[in-house]
Amino acid sequence: MDVQRKLAILADAAKYDASCASSGTEKRDSQGGKGLGSTAPGMGICHSYAPDGRCISLLKVLLTNACAYDCLYCVNRTSSNVPRARFTVDEVVQLTLDFYRRNYIEGLFLSSGIIRSADYTMEQIVEVARRLREEHHFRGYIHLKTIPEADDALIAKAGRYADRLSINIEMPEETSLAQLAPEKNVRAIRRTMGRLRLKLDEATEAKAEARKTPTRAKPPRFAPAGQSTQMIVGADSATDQTILNTSANLYGSYNLKRVYYSAFSPIPDSSRALPLQAPPLVREHRLYQADWLMRFYGFEAGEIIDPAAGMLSLEMDPKLAWALRHRERFPLDVNRASREELLRIPGFGRKAVDRIIDTRRYSAIRAADLAKLHIPRNKALPFIVLPDHRPPTYLLDGARLAERFQPKAQQLGFGF
Amino acid sequence: MNRIRLDSDTDFDGWRKAARELVLADVAPADVTWTVAGDEPELFDAPGRAPDAGSFAETAAPFIHPAQSPSPAQTFNVPARFVELAHIAILHRDPQRFAYLYQLLWRLRANPELMQVATDPDVARLQAMAKAVRRDEHKMHAFVRFREIGREPKSRYVAWFEPEHHIVELAAPFFARRFADMEWSILTPDVCAHWDGHAIAITPGVSKAMAPSEDRLEETWLTYYASIFNPARLKTKAMQAEMPKKYWRNLPEAALIKPLIEHAERKAHAMVAAEATAPRKPQRQEPPMTRAEPQADTLAHLREEAQGCHACDLWKDATQTVFGEGPQHATVMLVGEQPGDKEDLAGKPFVGPAGQMLDRALAEAGVDRSKTYVTNAVKHFKFVPRGKIRLHQKPATPEIKACRQWYERELAAVQPLLVVAMGATAAQSVLGRITPINKTRGHLIDRDDGPQVLVTVHPSYLLRLPDAEAKAREYARFVDDLKLVAAHLKKAHAA
Ligand code: SF4
Repeated sequence: MDVQRKLAILADAAKYDASCASSGTEKRDSQGGKGLGSTAPGMGICHSYAPDGRCISLLKVLLTNACAYDCLYCVNRTSSNVPRARFTVDEVVQLTLDFYRRNYIEGLFLSSGIIRSADYTMEQIVEVARRLREEHHFRGYIHLKTIPEADDALIAKAGRYADRLSINIEMPEETSLAQLAPEKNVRAIRRTMGRLRLKLDEATEAKAEARKTPTRAKPPRFAPAGQSTQMIVGADSATDQTILNTSANLYGSYNLKRVYYSAFSPIPDSSRALPLQAPPLVREHRLYQADWLMRFYGFEAGEIIDPAAGMLSLEMDPKLAWALRHRERFPLDVNRASREELLRIPGFGRKAVDRIIDTRRYSAIRAADLAKLHIPRNKALPFIVLPDHRPPTYLLDGARLAERFQPKAQQLGFGF
Repeated sequence: MNRIRLDSDTDFDGWRKAARELVLADVAPADVTWTVAGDEPELFDAPGRAPDAGSFAETAAPFIHPAQSPSPAQTFNVPARFVELAHIAILHRDPQRFAYLYQLLWRLRANPELMQVATDPDVARLQAMAKAVRRDEHKMHAFVRFREIGREPKSRYVAWFEPEHHIVELAAPFFARRFADMEWSILTPDVCAHWDGHAIAITPGVSKAMAPSEDRLEETWLTYYASIFNPARLKTKAMQAEMPKKYWRNLPEAALIKPLIEHAERKAHAMVAAEATAPRKPQRQEPPMTRAEPQADTLAHLREEAQGCHACDLWKDATQTVFGEGPQHATVMLVGEQPGDKEDLAGKPFVGPAGQMLDRALAEAGVDRSKTYVTNAVKHFKFVPRGKIRLHQKPATPEIKACRQWYERELAAVQPLLVVAMGATAAQSVLGRITPINKTRGHLIDRDDGPQVLVTVHPSYLLRLPDAEAKAREYARFVDDLKLVAAHLKKAHAA
C-alpha cells in the first residue's frame, strides 16, 4: 500500500479526536543551529480549516488503526469493518518533515490503535518522536497520545520528546465507559494522568530551581505544553452538569491544559449498541463556552448550569443564561464594578474587561463606547449602568427579558 | 502646508523623524500631508480619501523628505505603548495611516495617558488598524504554501502570497527562524523576501507568474485535507470566519472545499443509513474464577482488593486507592488521616509535604521509616476542585467508618506492637471513637484487644501553624512523641 493510501486511512481514523491545538509550549526555533522548525508559544498556528470548521494545525494521524480493543464509539474498534493500514515509523517521520517544509503544518499529533501491548504501542509512538527530534533535529510541535498503563520509563521518554501528552478520558462517567469500552479502565487512565502531573510538576520545579542558579545544567524537559484530554459527548446519557463536574475534577486533579469535548459523531460501520443521530454540535459548543467560563471567568462548575435543568441552554450562551437567573446581581455599574463582577456581565470578554479597567481610570465609559470595546449592546445593556444609560427596572425584573434573547425560531431557521 | 514624502510604505524611521520635527515646530496635524515615494499621483487621483482634500490643490509647497532637513537636537518622550502601536499600525494599507498616527502623537503631548483610553476615537481607530495588520501577519504565517523546486538536498522552496497590508518584512523573520536550514523565497506583488540560510533579503514585488505552480507533495496534502474532515459536522461559516475567501486563491486545498461540502450531506446520510454491525463478543479470556481458599490476608492481597473499594463515595473523584506501605511484619504502624494531593497522584502514603515533615521528625527521633508500616485511616483523597487546585476536605464519620475495615485488616496482617495514630481522624479510626487529641496525646495507651496505641498530631497540622515560634515548639513536641516510639521499640527488641 502506498503512503498516500495509508494516509487516507490513517488520517480518516484520527479525525474524531477533537484536539488540534499546537499552543502553550516553550519557545524554540532552528535559527543558528542545524535542524528544522520552530514553535509559536502562546497561540499556535492553524494552517488551514476543514469544512467542518475545525482547524488544521498538526498532521493528525494514527500509526495504525488496527486495535485490539472494541470500544463501541470508536471507528477503529476491532469489530469494525474499516480498511486497516499501518505506517512505518519512517513513513510518519518523512511525511511530517515534508509537510512541515511546505508550511502545511505546525507539527505532528500521533496516536495509535493498541496493538500487541500497551508498552509495544507506546514504544512505537515514542520512536517516531525520538527520530524526529534526535535524527532530524525537528523543532516543531509534537503531541503524543499516551497509552494508559504503559511503562513509566516510556512515559518519561515520551515527555522528553513531546510538547504535549494526552490521554482521553473518553466518557464523562465511569459507568458508561465500562459499558462502551469494556477493555478500557478509567482508573488506569486517571492513574496515568496522575503520573503525568507529578512529572510535569517536577519539571516545573526543576526549571524554577535552574532559573535561580543559572550555572546549573538545563533540567530535563517534560511535555512543556502539558497534558490534555478528550471527552465524547452524546454517546451516553450523562448530563452537562455531570460533564462539567468531571471536567472541573480533571482540571483540578491533573492540571490539564484543555479538556476537549467531541460531539459523538455517527461513524461508518457503527455499532448497533449506539444511537445513530446527528452530532449535537450546539451542545458541544455550549460546553466549550461553559468550560471557558470555568477556566478564565472565575465560574465554579456547580453554578453555571440551572440546577433544575442539569443541561446548558441550547438557545443562549451559558453566561447570559446565568445572568438571567441571577438578576439580583444586576445592573452593575461598569465604571465601578470589580474585575470579577465585570467578567460576569453578558457580552463582556476578557480583553474588553482589561481595556475597561485601563480606560475608566482616565475617562468614564459611556454607552457609545461599547462598540469600540467590541461589546454587543443588545446583550449587555439590560445588565449595566453607564453615565448615560440605566436599564428600566421593569426590564430586569420582568419576564420579557429572557424572551428578548430567545432566537426567533420562525425567522431564523437553519441554513441548508 | 507641510508635505512629507516617505521612502516606502513601511518607512517607520522616516515617519518618526518627520513627526518629531513637526511636533517640535508646532505644526498642527491639519497642516501636514503624508505621501510615499512613487504613490503621489494615486493620492491626487483620489482626493476624497484625504482628510483635508482641498488643501492639496491649493498648496504647491515642495515635498519634504525627512532626511533632507537637519535634525533638531531636541526630543520628547512618548509612551512606549504608542511606539509599539505605531510600529504595527503604520503597516496598514490605509493611505491615511501616517496622518492618523501624527494626529494621535500630537494629542499625546497634551494628554500623555491617552494611550490607556481604549475608547478614544483616535486610539480605537489605530488599535483596530494594528489588529488588522497583526491578523494579516498571522494569516501569512499560516497560509504561505512553499513549493519545492528541484529535489533535496539542493531544493529551494518558493511561495506566492498576497498580503492585505504591508507585512512582508514584519512576517519574514518568522520564516527565517522556522525554516532556517532551507533556502526559501516568498514572492508577493508588493515586495519579496528571500532567505539564503544567513540573512533575509527584500526585493521588489513580482507577478504571480514568477512563482512555481506545483509541488510533488500537493496531492498527498490534498488527500490529508479530504480525509481529516468529518462530513457529519459541516460548519462552513466557522471555516470561512477563520479562513476568509480572499486567501483561498493561493491555498491548494481550497479547491477541495466545494466538492467536499457537496458530498458531505450524502456521505453523512450514507453513514447513518448503513447497517450497524453487532458488537463483537468479548474475546478476552476472563481469568478463571477459582477464587483461592479463604486464607489469611496478605498485604499484597489486601492492596489488590482495596483498589476496587467502593464502600463509600470517596473513590469516585479520587485518582486511586492509596494503600499502606511497609514491611509485612513491621513493629510499628503509623496511621495518618487520609492521603493528600501528592499521595493521590502517586498512589503512595506520605510522599507530599506532610510526608517530608514526618520523615524529618522520624529521623530526628531515631525511628527508621523503612522499618515502619505507614498507612492512612481513610484511603481515598477527599477534596473539592477549585480551579487548578484541590482543596482538602476532612473525611466525615461515615467515611471513616466505611474505611475502617481496611485498617483492621491491615492491622491483622501486620500485627505491630505499637500503632501511632496521627491526628483526630486517625485517632477516631484506631480507637474506634471520637477522641480529643490533646487529652490522649503523648503517652502509650495499653489495650487488651490489640497493640499499644500512641496518639499524636498529624504532621500537616504543623505545616499549617502560622507563626514560626509555634511551629518550632509544636514540632519539638511531635519529635518528643516519636521518641517514645523509638524508646518503645528499643525495649521491645531487647525483650
Ligand atoms: S475511602 Fe476507604 S471505604 Fe471509601 S472507597 Fe476509599 S477505600 Fe473504600
